Amino acid sequence: MTGRTHVHTSINDTDVDFLCESRQSLLEVLRDVLWLFGTKEGCNDGNCGACTVIMDGRIVDSCLVLAVEAEGKTITTIEGIAQAEGLHPLQQAFLEGDALQCGICTPGFVLAAKALLDREPDADETRIRHWLAGNLCRCTGYDKIVRAVLKAGKEMREEAP
Amino acid sequence: MTATARQESKGSGPFKVVGTRTTRHDGVDKVTGRARFGADISMSGLLHGKVLRSPHAHARIRSIDTSMAEALPGVKGVATAQDFPIIRGQALDFSGAVSNARVTAEVILAHERVMYAGHAVAAVAATSPHIAEEATRLIRVDYEASRVERLGSGEDTSPGSNIASHIQLKRGDVEQGFGEAEVIVERELSTQTIHQGYIEPFASTAHWAPDGHVTIWTTTQGIFGVRASTSAILGIPESMVKVIPMEVGGGFGGKASIYLDPVAAVLSKKTGHPVKMVMTRKEVFEGTGPGCAAIMRVKMGADSSGRITAAQFWLAYQAGAFPGSSVSGGATTGTGPYNIDNFLIDGYDVVCNKQKTSGYRAPGQCQANFAIETVIDELAERLGMDPLELRLKNVVKEGDRMPTGVPFPYIDLRKLEETMKTHPHYSAPLEGPNRGRGVAVAFRGHGGQGAPATMNVNADGTISLITGAIDLSGTRTTVAMQAAEVLGLAAKDVILTVVDTDSVAQTGTTAGSRVTFEMGLAAIAAAQEVKRQMSARAAMLWEVQPEEVEFQDGVFTCNRSPAKRMTFKELAGRLARSGGPITCSVYAPSTGIGPSFAGNIVDVEIDPETGKVDILRYTAFLDAGQAVHPGFVEGQMQGATAQGIGWALSEEYLYTEEGAVANTSFLDYRTPTSMDLPMIDTVIIQVPNPHHPFGVRAVGEVPIVPTLAAVANAVYHATGVRMTRLPMSPGAILEALEAKKAQE
Amino acid sequence: MQDFEYVAPTTLEEAVRLLDGNGLKVKALAGGTDILVQLRANRFQVDRLVDIKGIPELNQLSCSEADGLTLGAAVPCYRVYEDERIARLYPALVDATSLIGSIQVQSRGTVGGNLCNAAPSGDSIPALIILGATCEIAGPKGRRTVQVERFCTGPGRNVLEPGEMLVSLKLPLPKANSGAHFLRFTPRKEMDIAVVGVGASVLLDDARQRILSARIALGAVAPTPLLAREAGDLLAGREASEAAIEEAAKAARAAARPITDIRGTARQRTHLVGVLTKRALGTAIARAKEGKKP
Ligand SMILES: Cc1cc2nc3c(=O)[nH]c(=O)nc-3n(C[C@H](O)[C@H](O)[C@H](O)COP(=O)(O)OP(=O)(O)OC[C@H]3O[C@@H](n4cnc5c(N)ncnc54)[C@H](O)[C@@H]3O)c2cc1C
Ligand code: FES
Ligand code: FES
Repeated sequence: MTGRTHVHTSINDTDVDFLCESRQSLLEVLRDVLWLFGTKEGCNDGNCGACTVIMDGRIVDSCLVLAVEAEGKTITTIEGIAQAEGLHPLQQAFLEGDALQCGICTPGFVLAAKALLDREPDADETRIRHWLAGNLCRCTGYDKIVRAVLKAGKEMREEAP
Repeated sequence: MTATARQESKGSGPFKVVGTRTTRHDGVDKVTGRARFGADISMSGLLHGKVLRSPHAHARIRSIDTSMAEALPGVKGVATAQDFPIIRGQALDFSGAVSNARVTAEVILAHERVMYAGHAVAAVAATSPHIAEEATRLIRVDYEASRVERLGSGEDTSPGSNIASHIQLKRGDVEQGFGEAEVIVERELSTQTIHQGYIEPFASTAHWAPDGHVTIWTTTQGIFGVRASTSAILGIPESMVKVIPMEVGGGFGGKASIYLDPVAAVLSKKTGHPVKMVMTRKEVFEGTGPGCAAIMRVKMGADSSGRITAAQFWLAYQAGAFPGSSVSGGATTGTGPYNIDNFLIDGYDVVCNKQKTSGYRAPGQCQANFAIETVIDELAERLGMDPLELRLKNVVKEGDRMPTGVPFPYIDLRKLEETMKTHPHYSAPLEGPNRGRGVAVAFRGHGGQGAPATMNVNADGTISLITGAIDLSGTRTTVAMQAAEVLGLAAKDVILTVVDTDSVAQTGTTAGSRVTFEMGLAAIAAAQEVKRQMSARAAMLWEVQPEEVEFQDGVFTCNRSPAKRMTFKELAGRLARSGGPITCSVYAPSTGIGPSFAGNIVDVEIDPETGKVDILRYTAFLDAGQAVHPGFVEGQMQGATAQGIGWALSEEYLYTEEGAVANTSFLDYRTPTSMDLPMIDTVIIQVPNPHHPFGVRAVGEVPIVPTLAAVANAVYHATGVRMTRLPMSPGAILEALEAKKAQE
Repeated sequence: MQDFEYVAPTTLEEAVRLLDGNGLKVKALAGGTDILVQLRANRFQVDRLVDIKGIPELNQLSCSEADGLTLGAAVPCYRVYEDERIARLYPALVDATSLIGSIQVQSRGTVGGNLCNAAPSGDSIPALIILGATCEIAGPKGRRTVQVERFCTGPGRNVLEPGEMLVSLKLPLPKANSGAHFLRFTPRKEMDIAVVGVGASVLLDDARQRILSARIALGAVAPTPLLAREAGDLLAGREASEAAIEEAAKAARAAARPITDIRGTARQRTHLVGVLTKRALGTAIARAKEGKKP
C-alpha cells in the first residue's frame, strides 16, 4: 500500500479536494468518491467515450486519467453543463431531436459535442461524425445525435453576438 | 443526404396526442446526467464485489481454495456455488432450460464444472473494487481439463450428440414442390456469435437486512424475473426480495438474463453490508449471453412465373453451454413473408462450450432472414425478375398462414413492398464501379402476456401512472401518451413511474417489443376506468345520473343541462372534498400483438483492393401500425439498422485455440462508430393493428431483421460474389474476390 | 490492479533518478492511453509510475525552417496535428497523429508514448521512420541518440535501458521537392488498430519527374515497425511512374513478415502492404509536387 494522495481540482466551477489511491482513475473518483454519477463507465479502456469529461478545455476519457493527475486541473462534467437559465442548447437539441434512447451514452456525447461546438460552431456532418467517433452509441445509429449537434451548432451561432 | 424528420405538431388521424413528437418524460434527467443507471448508486457501508472466471472452456472443478483471498486486508467475504441453496437442494434438469432457476444458478456460479471460458467460479466482496479484484486472483482453483466441444455444427444427430432439441415445421410436399420448380437455389450460410453490445455493463447492488429482507438495485429488462430467479436460487420466498429498477443503459434482450443479483445478495448476507457488483467490459463479452451463431441450409424453388413452389430450411443454432438457443425464432419466421404451399423446416438447438446465449433483438430471426433473403435474391436473379417483384408475387396476406400454421390477422405486407418499390431510393441511379444495391424484407410475429397498471388522479389534474415495465428507450412516454389520449390531457400531464416489485403487480419483462403495445392497453384500460369514476363523481356533484355525464376533450358536461361544465382539472381539484381521491388498478389481458414487417434498401461501395464495404445510402421501411411517437419509431429503425450493419460487416466473436473469447473489448469487437454509418432514412407506413384500439403494432425488433441480408445482397450486386458467411469483413470479401478471380 | 507510487518530477535529472528503480518495477507515464489499459488488464504490474508530463523539456514543440522539428516526448497528439507549421512541413506526422484513437485519446496520448510502447501497429512509428527522426534519450549514464528505426526491438520492447527515458524526437527539415504520407487499413474507419500501416516519403528532382530517394516503412507486419529499405532504394533514380511504384510495392510486400492474428491473416496483410504502399507513394509524390518550387 502506498497510501493516499490529496488532490485539489476545480470541478464544475467549484473547488474540490479529494483523497485517492494512485491506481484510482479520475472516473472512479468522480463516481465513487464524489458521487458525480453523470459520468458513465462503458468500457474502462478508452473505447466508448461514456466517461468523457472536459479537462483544461480538452475532452478526455476520464477512465484513462489517473485521479492524481487531476491535481490543479479544471474539469467539467455533465453536471456542470446546464446553465441556471435552463438546459444548454445541446441538451435541448438532444431532448427535442430524440437523440437519446437508453441515455447511457448521452453525457459523453453532450460533453464531446460541446467541446467541438465551442471551437467550431459551424462543424458540418462529416466533421461531427469524425469528432464523435470516440463515443459509442448502440441505440440510435447516430443519425439523430448528429442532427442534434448540427441543430445546436446552428442555434449557438445565431445566439452568439 | 435525405432528411427524414417530418415534424408532426398535431397527432395523426383522429388523435390529439398519439402520433406527436412529444418530449420524453425522462429526457431532462438523461441529458443532465441525473438519471441513475445500474452502477450509479452508493450508500454507507457499501462493499464492492468482483467475480473470478474460468480460463478453461471445459473443466471439472476439483477444489476451490479461497483462504488466501480471505486473508487479504479489506476482503470481507467470498462466495461460491456452494452458497446457493438451490445448488445443494436441486439436481440439474434441462427440461425447460431457458427460464429454469437451477440452470441460471449454474451459469452465474459454476458448480463442479466450468462449461466455458469466462464462466464465473467465485466472487469476493471487499472494501474497494481493486481489493476485490486482487483477491479474486488469490483464489486457487484446481481444474481438471475436459474435452472442449466448440463446433456445435448440429451435424451429428445421433443420440448422445450435442443436439439438445429439434423443431420441425411442415406443409404440403416439398418433393412435389421442387418438381414443379423451374429454378432451384441451394445455399449453406452461417453467422457468428455476436453481442448485443449495450454500453452499460451489468451492475447490481444488494442488501440482505438482518430481518431477512433482500433489496436489490439492478439494471434489468424485468424486475420480476430478477425477483423470481433470485428468490429461487437463494431459497427464500419471493416476498422477501424487493427489486428496485435502475435506468437501463441498453439491453436488446441481453438484460433479460441475470448474472449478478443473487451473487451480490449472497455476499451481502455473508458480510452484513450492502454489496455492489459491476462487470468490466471484458466480463460482459466473456461472461454474459451473446446472440447465437448459426449454420443454415436453404433450398428454394420457383416456377417461371416466380411462384415459390417449395422451400426446405435447415437451421442449427449454437445455444452455448446450456440448451436454449433462439432457433425456434428463426425456424418460425424465416419464410414468413412468403406464401409457400410446400415447406419443410428443421431447427436444431445445439450445445457447445461457449457462453450460454441470450436473446438479441428479434432473437434468432436475423440469422434465418439472412439465409432466406439471400436465396430469394438469387432466385430473382436466376429468374430474371426484379427482387421486389418476386417478393410481391409471393406476398402473404390476411388469412394466409404463418410458418407455424397460425393465420395472419389483418396485415398489408404488399403495401410495404410496394412502398419500397416506388420509393425514389429504389430507382435512383447507382453509378460507378463496385457499387451495388440490395433489398430484403422481414417478418416478426409477437405473442402477448397482458399487463397491469395503477392510475391515480392528482389534485392538480395530472395523472400518476404506475407500472412495473422497464423503460428501455422511451416507453414511459409512449404509454403515457396513450393514457393522455383517452383522458384528453397533454402527454406531460400523465406522469409514468416505473416502480419496484413491492409496489405493483407482477409485470412481464420488457422484451418482444411489447411495452408500448401491452402496457399501452393497460394504460388505456386504466384511463377508461378513471374516466368512468370521474364521470360518476361529476354526476354526484351535479346530482344527475352518471349516464348523463359526457366527457370529451378533457371536459365533463351534462347532456341534460348545458350550463354544467367542468374540466378534468377542475374536477380533480374537487375530489378530496367529494368522497376522496380516484385511483384504480387494472390488468389488461393481451389481445395478441401480432405480426410486424420491415424492409430495407441499401447502397454500398466496395474497395476491391482492400475488401472494405462503405454504406452509401440506407432506407429503412417499417409498418409500425399507428406510430405512437414517430421520432421514437424512427429511432428504433435507425438503431436496429446500425446494429444490423455491425452484424453484417464487422461484429463477431473470435476465439483462441483454447476456446476463450479473444476479442473482449470494443476495440476488437467492432460495433459501428459514427464514422462508419451514413444518415439512416426511414419510411414509416401505418397499417392499423386490429388488436389495438389505436392500431399500434410492435416496432422495437423487426427493423433489425432484414439488415443482414439487405447488406449482403448489396455486396453481391457490387461485386458478383455471394457472401454466405457473416460478417463480411474486409478480409473475407478480399478472399471471396480472389476466389472469384481464380475461377474466371 | 495493484496500487503503486505515483511521482511527478519536474526536472529530467529527477525523472531519471526516479525511473532507475533499484529493483522496483518502474515505468514512465506520458498520456497513459497505453499503459493504464495494460495495467488494468494485468498485463504487468508496476511499483512506481513516473509522470513525465511536468518536465518542461518534454513538452517542448519547436518547428522551424531552420532547425526542423523538435518534439518533446510528452507532447500529446493534438498539439502535433493542430500545429500549422507541422501541417505544412510534416503532413505525414499529421496523418499519423490524427489517426491514433479518438479525439479524447489524442488529447492525452503522445507520439513519445506511441513509440516507447513499441507496438508493431503503432501508427506514428512508420511516419517517424520515413521522416528520418532520431530519438534523444536521457539516462543515468547521460544522453544518447538512436535512429528511430532502431528504437523498437520487439513487440512492446525498445532499446531503453533501466532508468533511461525518451526526451524528444528530432526530425530534420524536409528538403525541397519532397513529400510524405502515412496511411493504414482498418476495418472501421476510426477507433481501430492498423491491420497494416504504410508510410512513404520521396525526394524528387527539381523537374519533379524523377525520384532521387525514397523511404518506405511498414507497420503491423513484423515484430517491430519496419524500414523497407530495398523498396525505397529501388526507386532512386527512377521516373515517378506507375511501373516504378508497382515495383516498390512488390519489394515492400517481400519485406513484410506478417503473422496471422485476430486482426488479420498474414496473407491479407501482405496483400495490403502492396495496396497501401502504392497509395502512400502516390500521395507522397503528389505532395512533393504540390510544395512550392525552390
Ligand atoms: C481507445 C484507444 C485507441 C487507440 N488507437 C490507437 C491507434 O489508432 N493507433 C495507435 O498507434 N495507437 C492507438 N492507441 C494506443 C495509444 O493511444 C498510443 O500508442 C499513444 O500514442 C500512447 O501514448 P501515451 O502518451 O498515452 O503513452 P503511455 O501509455 O503514457 O506510455 C506508453 C508506454 O511508453 C512508455 N513511455 C511513455 N513515454 C515515455 C518516455 N518519454 N520515455 C520512456 N518511456 C516512455 C510508458 O512507460 C509505457 O510503457 C489507442 C489507445 C486507446 C486507448
Ligand atoms: S469508460 Fe472510458 S472510454 Fe469507455
Ligand atoms: S442511447 Fe443508448 S447507447 Fe446511446
